[in-house]
Amino acid sequence: MLQGEHITVRYGSLMAVDDLSFHLHEGEWLMLAGPNGAGKSTLIETIAQGVPYTGLIRWQGEDIRTLKSTVLAQRIGVLSQKNHVGYAYTVEEVVSLGRYAHRRGLFSGRDGQEKAAVVKALEITGLTGLRHASMLTLSGGELQRVFLAQVFAQNPQVLILDEPANHLDLKYQQNIFALIQEWVKEPGRAVLSVVHDLSLARRYGSSVILMNHGRSISQGPVGDVMTPENLQQVYGMDVYAWMREMLSQWE
Amino acid sequence: MQDSRQLKREKFTPFTYVLLTIALFFTMVLCICIGSVRISFSDTVTSVWNAVWGLPVPENIAKNIILNVRLPRVLCVTLAGAALSICGAAMQGLLRNPLADGSTMGVSSGAALGAVIALAAGITLPGSPYGGIMVTAMAFAFGSLILILSLAYALDRSLETGSIILIGVIFTMFISSVISLVITFASDHTRSLAFWTMGSFSGVNYGQVKLLCLALVVCGGILLHYSPELNAFAIGEENARHIGVNVKRVKLIVLVTVSVLIGVCVSIAGTVSFVGLVMPHIARMLVGPNHKRLLPASLFSGAIFLLLADLAARTILSPIELPIGVVTSIVGAVAFVIIFYKTRKAR
Repeated sequence: MLQGEHITVRYGSLMAVDDLSFHLHEGEWLMLAGPNGAGKSTLIETIAQGVPYTGLIRWQGEDIRTLKSTVLAQRIGVLSQKNHVGYAYTVEEVVSLGRYAHRRGLFSGRDGQEKAAVVKALEITGLTGLRHASMLTLSGGELQRVFLAQVFAQNPQVLILDEPANHLDLKYQQNIFALIQEWVKEPGRAVLSVVHDLSLARRYGSSVILMNHGRSISQGPVGDVMTPENLQQVYGMDVYAWMREMLSQWE
Repeated sequence: MQDSRQLKREKFTPFTYVLLTIALFFTMVLCICIGSVRISFSDTVTSVWNAVWGLPVPENIAKNIILNVRLPRVLCVTLAGAALSICGAAMQGLLRNPLADGSTMGVSSGAALGAVIALAAGITLPGSPYGGIMVTAMAFAFGSLILILSLAYALDRSLETGSIILIGVIFTMFISSVISLVITFASDHTRSLAFWTMGSFSGVNYGQVKLLCLALVVCGGILLHYSPELNAFAIGEENARHIGVNVKRVKLIVLVTVSVLIGVCVSIAGTVSFVGLVMPHIARMLVGPNHKRLLPASLFSGAIFLLLADLAARTILSPIELPIGVVTSIVGAVAFVIIFYKTRKAR
């Protein structure tokens, strides 16, 4: 569905993403993992056409730079990490903006289909009771759910999520990840997400790209890539031993 | 589940716009009645009504004052207040900055420089004493817009919001110095130059009303059309791009539209500060930040505020007239501090 070929992003002399290629297939949940500054969020912003880059990103063979911004938003929904809102919009107003790319004219947005998409997005993210609440009064986890709801209202074919578990308590982490897992099972859908919690990557990911210094160190099925050697190389520590030690606290 | 954080904006209905229209009309009539010569409410309404519908207007002093002096002035003030306020609301949304207004880009400073140079150099158009000032101011406004956008592009091809604000602030500071320089060397015109830099609607005519009306209808219509995009920008430029807004195109259109409207306002009345900064905040407190409601509410509140400010400027020290910018700055600064403390407490 989505294919990146030799993507390179430079910030001055810094190589944020270095000659990275990937292929996101239908039904796949591709995880991006790696330490801070590995280039994961930059890669997400590159796919969202937020930073200048060299190389190619194709949507079903077509260079996405040639797609209209609304068409791109109908195909790809992006959840960013930076979700601060400065004005007192209501939750419903922010979620409704997810329907922007589907507007068909001046008076669209009032029909039943548009409203139903927003209502459904609010419902699945547990925000129905907060739909008239001011964005300025929400907690970090609630804000995260609002922007997730906006992406669901957008109804794209591919979800690109930068740290979807950010600020979420355990209950909502479980809910949201289970929700995405169900979502991606529908035909014609795929997910690419950045995760710091490697347990989540192992539990939910079908494949993974392990990144460091802007490069892909290894990519493929989760079991093949997240080996003790690869993780040691990327994180500079014995990740398996650390995970076991953490787990032992519960025994 | 009910939550104490629910906002109650349902009270703001289309009927509210009817009330605002009535309030605006009432304020306009009040501003026509009051002045150095007091005119009765009924004379004012009769004269304006008859003039609008082409009926004979009773010949008296009141007719001359109402139709040739106060009506064009009140119309100009109404349109300028609405224009400054809607530009402020649009800029605060676009740049996601509550301190932005129509002058943030620096175009109003450019227009003011043009006007000051025209005044100092005595540039006039045949048959129109103020035409030279207006044309020069608009030319400078347009030139400033091109220069600012070129500088912003050269710095950052994505027209990043921070770059625009920075260039606007630096440009404004630079132009202010040049204006001071011109005023220093044009001692013969110091009073009229100072008046221009603080704003005045004295001596405006129907030609200027028509120009301002055309600019407000076209530019205001464009801004209203882009209210969903302005909402997206107000939430965040990155978010706007993610939901499908063509951010660069929309940003360019809104900036040019605001600049044109501000350029026309400054070319007619000089620099009137604080209207575009404060009135959108008051409108936002009433109707919330959604630009579909905020832009029309700003339009009305800006018009009413500037009408009252102009009335105060004309009458407080009558027969001496204060520059309107002095009144708007004093009232606006106090209002802004009150709003700032109120919104901070509400959070």
